[in-house]
Amino acid sequence: MSFPWAKEYTPTTDFGQWMDKQLPLPRFIYNSVGAGYPAPRNLNYMWNFGSLAGLFLVVQIVTGIILAMHYAANANIAFDSVEHIMRDVNSGWMIRYAHANGASFFFIAIYLHIGRGLFYGSYKAPREMLWLLGVVIYLLAMATAFMGYVLPWGQMSFWGAKVITGLFEAIPLVGKPIQELLLGGFAPDNAALNRFFSLHYLLPFVIAGVVIMHIWALHIPGSNNPTGVDVKGPQDTVPFHPYYTAKDGWTIGLALIFFTALMFFLPNALGHADNYIPANPLSTPAHIVPEWYFWPWYAILRAFTFDFLFIPAKLLGVLAMFSAILVWFFLPWLDKSPVRSGNFRPKFKIFFGILVIDVLILGYCGGAPAEEPFVMISQLAAAYYFAHFLIILPLLSRMEKPEPLPNSITESVTGKPLNTAS
Amino acid sequence: MATVETADTAVAEESGVRRRDFINIAAVSFAGAGAVATVFPLVNQMNPSADVLALSSIEVDISAIEAGQSIKTSWRKQPIFIRNLTADEISQANAVDTAGLRDPETLADRTTPGKENWLITLGVCTHLGCVPLGAAQGEIKGEFGGYFCPCHGSHYDTAARIRKGPAPTNLVVPEHEFLSDTVVKIG
Repeated sequence: MSFPWAKEYTPTTDFGQWMDKQLPLPRFIYNSVGAGYPAPRNLNYMWNFGSLAGLFLVVQIVTGIILAMHYAANANIAFDSVEHIMRDVNSGWMIRYAHANGASFFFIAIYLHIGRGLFYGSYKAPREMLWLLGVVIYLLAMATAFMGYVLPWGQMSFWGAKVITGLFEAIPLVGKPIQELLLGGFAPDNAALNRFFSLHYLLPFVIAGVVIMHIWALHIPGSNNPTGVDVKGPQDTVPFHPYYTAKDGWTIGLALIFFTALMFFLPNALGHADNYIPANPLSTPAHIVPEWYFWPWYAILRAFTFDFLFIPAKLLGVLAMFSAILVWFFLPWLDKSPVRSGNFRPKFKIFFGILVIDVLILGYCGGAPAEEPFVMISQLAAAYYFAHFLIILPLLSRMEKPEPLPNSITESVTGKPLNTAS
Repeated sequence: MATVETADTAVAEESGVRRRDFINIAAVSFAGAGAVATVFPLVNQMNPSADVLALSSIEVDISAIEAGQSIKTSWRKQPIFIRNLTADEISQANAVDTAGLRDPETLADRTTPGKENWLITLGVCTHLGCVPLGAAQGEIKGEFGGYFCPCHGSHYDTAARIRKGPAPTNLVVPEHEFLSDTVVKIG
C-alpha cells in the first residue's frame, strides 16, 4: 500500500531488526501512522475527526469496561446498581458521566467526519469500500448506543426499548414474532436487558474491528484532500508523522477540553431527566425522545402519518427511517460527477448547504413533541432529504459544470505551477 | 519538506537544541501528566466502594453466650469467632510458655484487660484461608482444645494460637472494643 516514495522502515537496533524479522509490528505502525505513510500536504481541520472518533471509541470502551465491573444487568437491580455507581463507587459518577457524554462526542465526531466525506466526495472511486465500511461503523454505533441507553433501566430506557423494538412489529406477517424474539418476551424485561447488555459489550469490539478495516481501506488509495485531486508525486505529500500526528494531537487536546467541560459542568445537559425515574411498564413518560444523535431519523420515522397505497403508515415510517441511512450505501453510484471536492462544484455546494440545514431541521423536529407544525415540517424535510440523494445528486452530476481543477495539490497550495514549486 | 526544516536547523546549529525540541518535550510531558491523572480514578474505582466501607464495623450482642460457648458471625464478609472461655481454658492458655510458640503471644495480648474470657478472632485459618472447626457445638477442637482447620490440619489452642500444622501465625484478632458488658464493636 501507499505511495512508492513512502519512507522505508529501517530498524537501527539489533532488537529492532530481530523484531522486524519475526513480528514486523513496529514496521506496520511506521507504515500506518508513522513517517512511512505519506498524506496529502493540504488536509484541513475537517480531516481531524476520524482520529477524534477513534479517541472517543477508546474512551467508551475503557469507561464501559469499568462500568461493567459495577453494573448489574438484572431488571430488579439495574437501576439501583447505576445509582450505586453514582454514589458509592470511587469516582463512579465521573466514569459514568464520561461514558454517557462520550457517546455524544463520538457521534459529534462521526457526524462531522461523515459531513466531510459528503462535501469532499470522499466516497467516490477509488474509496467506495472505505465509505461503505464507514456506513457499517455508523450503523453498528447506532445499535450500540441504543442498547447502552436501555441499560440504566430508567423510564426513557424502558420506553426507548419498547418503541424501537416496536419498529420491527411493523414488518408484515413476521413482525410480531420478530419483536418477541428480540425481546425474549412481550415487553422489555429481564431477558431483553440481559441480551442488550451482552451485545452492548460485544459490539464496540466489532466496531473496532471494522475500524481497522476502514483504516486499511483508507491506506490503499491514501487520504482524499480538500481539492479532491489525486496525489501526483512526493511534493504533494508530507509524512503522517510528525505532521499529522502533531495536528491530530492538538485537536485531541481541544476535544478533551470540551469533553471534560461538558462532563464536569453540564453532565446531564444532553440526557433526559425522565431516565432518573426507575422503569415503570405501566406508565409512559409524557414526551419520549431518543438521544439527540437519533433525532433526524426519529423525525423521519414520525413524518409518516398517512397510509400510502396498501402500505400502512407505521411500516412506511420504519422503512423510511432505515432507508434514510441505507441510501448512503448507494451514494458512490448516485453521485456520478467525476469531480470529488465540493469546492469545485458551484451548484453542489449550494445543495450540500441545504442538505445540512435540512438535517438540522429534521433533528430539531425529532426532538420536538409529535404535534403540528413539527409533523408537517418533518414531512417536508424528510421529502427533501430523499430528494437530495435520489434526484438532486444524480441530476447534478449530469447537468452541473464544475470549475476547473488545479493541476496538482502543490499547485493549489503554492499558487505556482508545479515545475517552479519547491 | 526541506523548506519547513530550514529555519529550525539554523538555530539548532547554534545552540544544539531546537525550539521545536522544547515544545515537543513540554507537550509530551504535559500529556503524560494528564494520562497519569486520568489513570488514577480509572484504577481507584476498583477499591472498596462507599457502601462496602459503610459495613466495615459491626456491633455484636454477646449477652447470650455462656462460658464455654462460642458464636460465628460475619464481619466484612468474613467469619468471626466470639468465644467465652471457661476458667479452665484460660488457665490452660496461660500455662503455655510463649517462648516455644511459633507466633509468641499471651492470652492477655489477644484480649481486652478485664475481659480475658472474651476471645474474638477471625475464623480464617492463616494458612490458606479455610474456616477452622471448633466454634460450633460438636465440632472438633483439635489437639489443643481451641480450633482445628480441616483443610491442612492446623491446630489452634484455647487462645487461638497456632500450635501444630502449617499455619504461620495465630488466628487474627480484629480491632474491637467493648461498648458495654454485653455489646462489642468489631472494626
